[in-house]
Amino acid sequence: MTVAEAIVRCLEKEGVKVVFGYPGGAILPVYDALYHTSNIKHVLVRHEQGAVHAADGYARVTGKVGVCMATSGPGATNLVTGIANAYMDSIPLVLFTGQVPVSQIGTDSFQEVDITGITLPITKHNYLVKDPDKVPSIVKSAFHIASTGRPGPVLIDLPKDVTLAKIDFKYPTAVKLRGYKPTYRGHPYKIREVAEIIRKSQRPVIYAGGGILSSNAADELVQLAETISAPVTNTFMGLASFPGDHPLFLGMLGLHGTRYANLAITECDLLIALGARFDDRVVLKLGAFAPNATVIHIDIDPAEIGKIVKTHVPLVGDVKHVLKALVPLLEKVDRSEWLERIQQLKEQYPLTYGEGAGLKPQFIIEELCRLTKGRAIVVTDVGQHQMWVAQYYRFHEPRSLVSSGGLGTMGFGLPAAVGASMAESGKQVILVTGDGSIQMTMQELGTLMEQELPLKIFVMNNFSLGMVRQLQKFYHEGRYMATTFRFHPDFPLLAQSYGMKAYTLETREDAVHLLPEILSEPGPVMVNCLIPPEEDVMPMVLAGKGIDEAID
Amino acid sequence: MKHTLSVLVENKPGVLVRVAGLFSRRGFNIDSLTVGRTENPDVSRMTIVVDGDDRFIEQVTKQLHKLIDVIKISDISAEEYVDRDLVLIKVAAEPSQRVEIMQMAGVFRARVVDLGRKTITLECTGHEGKINAFEESLRPYGIKELVRTGKVAMLRGSKLSGDAELTGRRKDGE
Ligand SMILES: Cc1ncc(C[n+]2csc(CCOP(=O)(O)OP(=O)(O)O)c2C)c(N)n1
Repeated sequence: MTVAEAIVRCLEKEGVKVVFGYPGGAILPVYDALYHTSNIKHVLVRHEQGAVHAADGYARVTGKVGVCMATSGPGATNLVTGIANAYMDSIPLVLFTGQVPVSQIGTDSFQEVDITGITLPITKHNYLVKDPDKVPSIVKSAFHIASTGRPGPVLIDLPKDVTLAKIDFKYPTAVKLRGYKPTYRGHPYKIREVAEIIRKSQRPVIYAGGGILSSNAADELVQLAETISAPVTNTFMGLASFPGDHPLFLGMLGLHGTRYANLAITECDLLIALGARFDDRVVLKLGAFAPNATVIHIDIDPAEIGKIVKTHVPLVGDVKHVLKALVPLLEKVDRSEWLERIQQLKEQYPLTYGEGAGLKPQFIIEELCRLTKGRAIVVTDVGQHQMWVAQYYRFHEPRSLVSSGGLGTMGFGLPAAVGASMAESGKQVILVTGDGSIQMTMQELGTLMEQELPLKIFVMNNFSLGMVRQLQKFYHEGRYMATTFRFHPDFPLLAQSYGMKAYTLETREDAVHLLPEILSEPGPVMVNCLIPPEEDVMPMVLAGKGIDEAID
Repeated sequence: MKHTLSVLVENKPGVLVRVAGLFSRRGFNIDSLTVGRTENPDVSRMTIVVDGDDRFIEQVTKQLHKLIDVIKISDISAEEYVDRDLVLIKVAAEPSQRVEIMQMAGVFRARVVDLGRKTITLECTGHEGKINAFEESLRPYGIKELVRTGKVAMLRGSKLSGDAELTGRRKDGE
């Protein structure tokens, strides 16, 4: 069979059900092979960036590898933002790009671009295939690399003559990669040491990141927290890994974190970092982050340990494996003094917003949370609305927040919501986006309609690039340069032109009355939420300040 | 402190770019980097000299480990090792100076590899310090051109920096 046919067979063997892509000359043989299979659904997007974000959203919800295809040249370069996005958030993707025939590589031929060169710093690994016989083993390795260890995107560049070549197909059963052997089980001695340190601590805090989700360790996290009576704070990427209404939950920490989470970090004597990477939006000022704490850092990526902060006990391993071994070594303790202190902080510094005039975005998120019982899949774009979701939607189930954390990619939302909706999770999917962000990838409304996905889109319309506007307010004395839109399309009319239902919410009463109806609509809906432009995301830690110095 | 990393990598196209790219985007400075094949044709060895404190070297090593094509890394600086650098130096040499220069070369056990009408080209191998001294001693005559290979290194005695890996043992400390 041809290599293209072999690739499709490989995908079937990997259990791939959906691929997101956009065709073109160089990748055509693969599309031709897809034509002959009914086991894999191809979702035609409207821009390649949409394909990679959709595959990413799909991967975040399912935990499976997202698959994406594009042609050579511009098709491949259109993937770049999405690949970087997946790389920063450690999302498993396998991307196939078409390439000019091997003999033409390096000659600047039509639609030739060195995509393996371009994506070198933003992929976990990539391949330019020149030997047709190696394709099955490369695809196998790509899926293995993408989904194991610390996950990430892997790109396979396929010259057209390679995909047309004939090979004897045999899918390898095992991968041989002598340079790639992630450590899953933590060192038993270290695990005992961790247990001992936890036993001695008076004021532990668990700081849990996206690693909990990628290792499917949400249950183990709850067990650990409950056993040792330690409050849990999530990084933005870690949200939804711990139940939002659990008494031990502190919410998100960091730049826009809750004040009680940030102060718990300041006061703790033990910081247990699980699958988190001490990002600058969390740590803020180095010396002021957990200044009195012993730091235990458990992560599958050894390079994250000791990268930013000094770690007292480094433990390399998969969080789930490690917690499974650790929890049985611990005995239930009651830390009433510490938990009382936490309760005091929660009461003293609650997460609040002014109930002034107009439609408050925070209120919309709270209502969405209440109406969906915190059990919807919420996809966001990037900006203020994203932070309001992080603060006010109390997630209950792992993998129910889909958002661009590390790269902060505006335009991620809509295509990622398409992917999330294709995941067949059985859950309602809601997109919370901004009037800026949605206009970056708005064309994917076409994909949404074509796939008949009942997505509910909430455009938090403040006629501005709110988050940047907020920065200008605090750091540039309110000189709002290039952050106010003087033109907008009529969003409801736009939605209607796609055949979607549309609503506009202007007041709190509108929200109260219409949200239940909107959420129970059977089809897709766009909701234009007219919110006050001057609303800020609070609390906030100003630049140069420590995590304990947030302002409300 | 200077560290010498002996790095075994897959002998595949693009591996050097992956390693060099990693150094530049993480802001790691390379003192020298050499690469060549080993006793196993599928495997190349890079000898990378970097300057930095222990924490920095730890990051360099860990980030290198993340490259799929990197098989094994040993920081051999902590152990007994031999290292060699090779230099070719073309110095200005009037016929009357030749003997003097050749005597000097003799002291460093350098060899004459070419003679021009007004130049002499010498080859010298040895430890970095020796090469530096050799270079300094020729400077007064006028160095026309100089090229150094950068350091290659190997552990002393019967210790190996990475054979077992080639037969498939794991590279991380588990
Ligand atoms: C692709 C991209 N370009 C620019 C930015 C910088 N940026 C961060 S937030 C933001 C404003 C987002 O505006 P909007 O989508 O309307 O959301 P809001 O903050 O108003 O809720 C901008 C421009 C970015 N994150 N991504």
